Amino acid sequence: MSTEIKTIEKLANSEYKYGFVTDIEMDSAPKGLNEDIIRFISAKKGEPEWMTQWRLKSYKHWLTMKEPTWQNVKYSPIDYQDIVYYAAPKAKKKLASMEEVDPELVKTFEKLGIPLEEQKLLSGVAVDAVFDSVSVATTYKEKLSELGIIFCSMSEAIKNYPDLVKKYLGSVVPFTDNFFATLNSAVFSDGSFAYIPKGVRCPMELSTYFRINAENTGQFERTLIIADEGAYVSYLEGCTAPMRDTNQLHAAVVELVALDNATIKYSTVQNWYAGDVNGVGGIYNFVTKRGACRGKNSKISWTQVETGSAITWKYPGCILQGDNSVGEFYSVAMTNNLQQADTGTKMIHIGKNTRSTIVSKGISAGKSNNSYRGLVKIGPKAEGARNYSQCDSLLLGDKCGAHTFPYLEVDNPTATVEHEATTSKISEDQIFYLNQRGISTEDAVNLIVNGYCKEVFKELPMEFAVEAQRLLSVSLEGSVG
Amino acid sequence: MTEVPEKEEIKNWYYSNFELFENSLNGQSKAPVHKIRKEAIAEFIELGFPTTKNEEWKYTNIAPLLTQNFKPAYLSNKISLSKEEVSKFLFTGVNASILVFVNGDFSNELSSLLPEAKGVKFESLRQVLNNEPDFIEKYLLKSNKTIDGFSALNRAFISDGIVLRVPDSTILENPVHLLFISGSDEENLLVQPLNYIFVGKNSQIKIIESTVGVGSKAYLLNSVTEIFTGENSVTNYYKIQNDPDTCFQVSRTLIHQERSSVFTSNVISIGGELIRNDISTIFESEGCESNLYGLYLADGKRHIDNHTLIDHAVAHCHSNELYKGILDEKARGVFNGKVLVRKDAQKTQAYQSNKNLLLSRLAKVDTKPQLEIFADDVKCSHGATIGQLDEQSMFYLRSRGIGTEKARSLLLNAFASDIVDLISIEPLRETMNRIILDRLHKVSL
Repeated sequence: MSTEIKTIEKLANSEYKYGFVTDIEMDSAPKGLNEDIIRFISAKKGEPEWMTQWRLKSYKHWLTMKEPTWQNVKYSPIDYQDIVYYAAPKAKKKLASMEEVDPELVKTFEKLGIPLEEQKLLSGVAVDAVFDSVSVATTYKEKLSELGIIFCSMSEAIKNYPDLVKKYLGSVVPFTDNFFATLNSAVFSDGSFAYIPKGVRCPMELSTYFRINAENTGQFERTLIIADEGAYVSYLEGCTAPMRDTNQLHAAVVELVALDNATIKYSTVQNWYAGDVNGVGGIYNFVTKRGACRGKNSKISWTQVETGSAITWKYPGCILQGDNSVGEFYSVAMTNNLQQADTGTKMIHIGKNTRSTIVSKGISAGKSNNSYRGLVKIGPKAEGARNYSQCDSLLLGDKCGAHTFPYLEVDNPTATVEHEATTSKISEDQIFYLNQRGISTEDAVNLIVNGYCKEVFKELPMEFAVEAQRLLSVSLEGSVG
Repeated sequence: MTEVPEKEEIKNWYYSNFELFENSLNGQSKAPVHKIRKEAIAEFIELGFPTTKNEEWKYTNIAPLLTQNFKPAYLSNKISLSKEEVSKFLFTGVNASILVFVNGDFSNELSSLLPEAKGVKFESLRQVLNNEPDFIEKYLLKSNKTIDGFSALNRAFISDGIVLRVPDSTILENPVHLLFISGSDEENLLVQPLNYIFVGKNSQIKIIESTVGVGSKAYLLNSVTEIFTGENSVTNYYKIQNDPDTCFQVSRTLIHQERSSVFTSNVISIGGELIRNDISTIFESEGCESNLYGLYLADGKRHIDNHTLIDHAVAHCHSNELYKGILDEKARGVFNGKVLVRKDAQKTQAYQSNKNLLLSRLAKVDTKPQLEIFADDVKCSHGATIGQLDEQSMFYLRSRGIGTEKARSLLLNAFASDIVDLISIEPLRETMNRIILDRLHKVSL
């Protein structure tokens, strides 16, 4: 075992590969939060009055709320007055082509391995690159608009499509939902908005790379995706963040709405800075993600690969309102060092013959703690509802923890609900078998972990699956034991 | 339904009863045990009864219990029962040493011991508290801590219960039957036994605990039982809850297992209006095995809640849990199983399974199987299912000329038999089989 431990240690000591700070002039709001700041954000973004009022309403409600403490994570209290709620790269004139994008920015993306041009030319992915809080470049917009697809930043949507925004914003995650969602409703900076009209199948994967940059800036993204009747869309969200010493709060809200026969596939790869070996720095990722299957035969599928963040705390859920609607949740959550993850899903079955599948794979290494917390609720009218949940945990090392908290609430006798969970470690036999065939311990662990996660990776779009595998092996570095 | 009184009102009721209780002690209030009672009543006043905001009580609303006041049995008139009346509560064909408790008080006259049980020490808690002052320090103050309003209430009125001590290397062929008879025709009673069972090294014992009711008034049976199993001992614990619909029961069982001991419990709940069982096993030393089984059959408006906790505090222990439930009409079932594997508990094996059948539109089940694991070299799994009778199986039986009703009861019986068949006392198993079959829609096979 000693060589294994050494390999692990070596790997564990490797530094975060995406840690760098881009030097761009920022146009920031002063620290702290009050009504003036909210008005400042709203004014800065040139928002209409109804939006400002909505923000203020949320803020007033937020003041009456208490920060939740039930989750299985520990962190020092957050001082909400010590956060800069708005930071944007200096406003410039609208950009029409890539050449106009700030070269500093382009470099940053290149370091991350996602050069805009290449993406644009080769992969056919329309990238809505969010750099801190403002979208700086949106590609393939024209092609999408030919089909009537709206894919733009949230601020543009508020200006150009107020009816759609008014109708759907806050309809899945109301501004009163929870502490962090309410905070987000008050101060959200920007995010992505997508509307797929009736019967349109979005020809490419919509993608946004979020990147937190300015120091001490909480990033409050707001994403809204609407798939109208018979539409299909696959949305990718990927994140990396530079190295920081102070914890950064990220409280995003994602809302999905699927109408009759529509399908939304939402994939996330999250690799934010997790803090160093001693748990210093790192991102607090407190996200509210929820999808509503409003229509008949609609489908929402969440796939997430979570390897980063000091604390990950999110439960992408599906409200299965329409008859025969389908909810899916596939997750790989990997924690190392002192990372903490409390993640899972909520499947609320309301309509008849609704089905949901949950596959959650947790991997804990180092001194980390990884929890699965999920709710499956079958309402009294959900005739013939079906749920299958499986959550497996893999423990690497004897100082980490893996926990499962499944809640099953069934109100209908025609429903069938199954839940399974296992916890185990990589057996010495498996490692020995691979060693024997000339595969190093590190590669063996990688191989086994990748096999273990395959069920989830196969749900990811191709380009993402490759990146996810790479991410996982990076995160695994130094955790074999 | 009558309205739930104010929290303060409920607390005052129990506090004023505590004062009555205190006065009735006649100078006994100087006894060391009274200090525990006083602390506990203070804790109760602070905590009150648990609400659904308490995570451990999330799915169990005790409002029906709060609409009534229960008089501590110690303060009410004693009821007298004859041997014949008691005998109908016994299990036919089971040859057992019988210990009878009427409203929590140990009754010498109604109890009978088999000659083989001679070596075993049976004492009432009252007796032990009088004779062994260090018992309080050693046991009462040690593990049975206040966790909620119910456990505080139990401690506040400590008066009687059984202290059963099986010496080392004693193997009892026949079971010991603890029969708790509660209820009265006069007033609602609060019955709160506190029991201690010690199983010596290399000893083997089978214990049947059954709870039944008499009288027309409601009662709240709030019991706490602590079991200490010695090295290499084997303990089988059967808990049969066949109370009338006027019964509320909150029962807490704590098991401390010493090296290589085996503990098996089998909880069968078929009565009562609101039942809550908490079973916690703590492995004090390596090599232990704990098997927790349970079956709950609920119809009407019954609410049956089973909570289990297995604390793998040390390495090399095995635990195994299987709870099955059949819920009909407006019944509600709750299962919360927690397996905690602590940091150094390597080579742990823990299995947990909860299966539920919902037979009616209004029946409801909430289940929460929970794993908390801090060690890596472990094999743990849990599973939970909720469903209805399999249509294919029904079709299979019906295609062979078996009527719907009969096919249904056959399948239900098969579902329940997984638990019932685990009862190792044959006559008890047969009796339970019959009772359950009767309950499953009274269809004879």
